[in-house]
Amino acid sequence: MFSLRQQRAPQLFSSNPAGAVRTLLLIVVCIALMFYDHQRGHLEKVHAALSTLVYPVQALVNAPYALVNWAEDKLATHNSLLAENTRLRQQALVDAVQLQQLAALQQENTRLRELMQAGSRLTGHVVAADLLAVDLDPFRHMAVIDKGTHDGAFAGQTLLDAHGIVGQILRAGPVSSEAALITDPGQAIQVEINRTGLRTLAVGSADVDVLSLPYLPNNADVRQGDLLVSSGLDGRYPPGYPVGVITAVTRDPAEPFANVSARPAADLDHGHDVLLYFPVETPPPLPKPAPSAAKKKPVKKHIKKQPR
Amino acid sequence: MRTSLPRRANWVIAATYIVALLFTIWPLPNWAEPFRPAWVVLVTIYWCLFLPHRVGLLVSFVVGVLVDTLSGGLLGEHALALILVAWVTLKLHLQVRVYPWWQQALVVLSLMALYTFVLFWVDGMLGYTQGAMTRWMPLLVTTVLWPWVVQLLNLLQQRYQVS
Repeated sequence: MFSLRQQRAPQLFSSNPAGAVRTLLLIVVCIALMFYDHQRGHLEKVHAALSTLVYPVQALVNAPYALVNWAEDKLATHNSLLAENTRLRQQALVDAVQLQQLAALQQENTRLRELMQAGSRLTGHVVAADLLAVDLDPFRHMAVIDKGTHDGAFAGQTLLDAHGIVGQILRAGPVSSEAALITDPGQAIQVEINRTGLRTLAVGSADVDVLSLPYLPNNADVRQGDLLVSSGLDGRYPPGYPVGVITAVTRDPAEPFANVSARPAADLDHGHDVLLYFPVETPPPLPKPAPSAAKKKPVKKHIKKQPR
Repeated sequence: MRTSLPRRANWVIAATYIVALLFTIWPLPNWAEPFRPAWVVLVTIYWCLFLPHRVGLLVSFVVGVLVDTLSGGLLGEHALALILVAWVTLKLHLQVRVYPWWQQALVVLSLMALYTFVLFWVDGMLGYTQGAMTRWMPLLVTTVLWPWVVQLLNLLQQRYQVS
């Protein structure tokens, strides 16, 4: 019995490196991993642990960029700082003037909404985060940010930048999170055309500069230059933030839908500073992301198949 | 028998993999991104060819899962592709080891085709079907890099007596 075990043990983990049993076993493990990972939520803990494990590698790759930034800060001359200060002060003044108007408009909006007995729009607050200078899968439009669950980030959280919506967090790890940009082919966002209030879906494309709006009928009132803002109907993104600008509308009478594409408003390609959006009412968003993530997927797939 | 071999210099193997992982996520300009060679595949093929008793399927699996985490894809996707590459390499390592460099490069080309195909297949099932042409660019770049990587890793292996 003992000798049998001794003979057997080395067979599975011996120097015969390409054992069929081991290969098959590992292949099955890989397929099982992919299967359970695709059904989001099953492997969140594994992802969190692995993201912590690989964070040093990401930090190391990000280090030269961070170093250059740091050096620029340290070596900035007095004059250039003064110039920047003046520019920023002017910018702040311009922004403040616009904010005065916004306050009045907001007041008016609230009053009108009260008249219509509609609930007031809730606004959240934002926290700044940095995108790490690392490249992910070239066929997915994703980014790594330096904030994780320790900083309050959660899966499904909206990322903004100074110009509009950037994307949402897919997986939140302890120290870093992975975010999908709105141009990722697997992402979709509920938008409305600011000029007309027409609602539709903007889905990602292969190109980082292009959003496509595949579900606008040929007779839809949409023009080049129209601003798209988030409608908030997806229950994921906050309403009223810029998403993109329509760049091209081609109508082919033979097709049921117009061919409409837009350019993202946010600086997806070059930006490194993003903002994490925290909704005001904190209790609901925590349980919210999981069911809506589960619900969102099949809906998207279903719609996607229709035009084909 | 295996225990009598010197087990030191594990760190050399680990270091080559870490460098490969660094290069995998190193930010490149947009035009160069489709040409990024599959460094992890090169390193895996090398170690599986020359030290099959040290680096095999388990290491490939672990490294593949790390690549999955770093690239933000599905867990197990790169791992599956890398395991298949490692398995074929281990099966053929006695022959391929003695091939001249250009025949080895041809083997690397076909292994890269297998790797890319598995990735494309899984991505295709998930709906990421774009880049049908650009996906095959790393094949050529990786194959061209193979002779140099062999030289470099041979030097490392001899210098630190990894065996």
